[in-house]
Amino acid sequence: MEPKVIVVTSGKGGVGKTTTSANISVSLAKSGYKVVAVDADIGLRNLDLVMGLENRVVYNFIDVIEGNCRLNQALVRDKRVDSLFLLPAAQTRTKDAVNPEQMVDLCKNLKKEFDFVIMDSPAGIEGGFQNAAAGADEGLVVTTPEISAVRDADRIIGMLESLEIRPNRLVINRVRPHMVRGGDMLEVEDVLDVLAVKLIGVVPEDSSVISSTNSGEPLTFGNSSPATQAFENIAHRLTGAEVPFLDLEKMNDNRFVSGLKKIFRFSK
Amino acid sequence: MGIGILKKLFSRNSSRDTAKKRLQLVLVHDRADISPALLEELRGELIDVISKYMEIDSNNIEMELDREDGSVALVANIPVLSIKRSKKQDRRSKAKKQSK
Repeated sequence: MEPKVIVVTSGKGGVGKTTTSANISVSLAKSGYKVVAVDADIGLRNLDLVMGLENRVVYNFIDVIEGNCRLNQALVRDKRVDSLFLLPAAQTRTKDAVNPEQMVDLCKNLKKEFDFVIMDSPAGIEGGFQNAAAGADEGLVVTTPEISAVRDADRIIGMLESLEIRPNRLVINRVRPHMVRGGDMLEVEDVLDVLAVKLIGVVPEDSSVISSTNSGEPLTFGNSSPATQAFENIAHRLTGAEVPFLDLEKMNDNRFVSGLKKIFRFSK
Repeated sequence: MGIGILKKLFSRNSSRDTAKKRLQLVLVHDRADISPALLEELRGELIDVISKYMEIDSNNIEMELDREDGSVALVANIPVLSIKRSKKQDRRSKAKKQSK
């Protein structure tokens, strides 16, 4: 498989870009791919925290671009799984410290060493996003089933297309099955109806996402919570595998885990 | 399941439906990159132009951007009260006068 740079983006903030980036990076690495998660949110560094690697950051990718260190010095190796690395953002700089051409070069260099470059984009449509998307081959657009997030996702999809990044695929995060059943939340089909984009994953609302962030252990390291399987499925689909979508509707939120276990049994 | 069907029957306007409708509407505008103010301006100018040729009921004009099968169309419903015949004739006679 050709090495790929995948930009994880959303337009709106707080919909789960960083959580998605961390979880799919871990999952891909666990499947044996060489993966680097790049925090492209310069000045608002967070991916290191979510991945639990904040104490091991020495250099960042601005240092690489400015020639203060070699690429290998800036890469933080995740000791929990082979072949997973983090390239941190600079915390005390702004997005103006880099330009799209430099990002294209960086991505080219990363592709020489990695199978997957997962680029965690900042929210918004300005410079930070433009930088994160500059060297990308594919897009992963994260949204929640709320109209404000979906509207922003539509804008981002338009921008990715004008940058000729495709395919772009959609992650619908934080779906609450009981609200969908009650007719109080947009359904997956509704979101797909209005957005001209292919679905790559549906992630249920899951409180263990918060506790996993608290401890710096992405779920895909081995948690058995509802969101874990959803993130793992996304990672598998990124590798080209055909994985059926979880049927969130048939599950009660409190019986969700047992429902998932049934699915596991069937699939094994 | 029975409750689900009952709910669907009795709650005609769930917040989900409202959300979808609002979203579709706002996206049509977003994608067409035209603001309500600009649409209003276009409406005004269209009325001016059409009024030169026919008498229209400008109070009952419906104009909106419509989305069908992924494409956006400007749909205008303009009630015509009567067709003016004078406009073309005016032009011709003016042209004749100028050519003389």
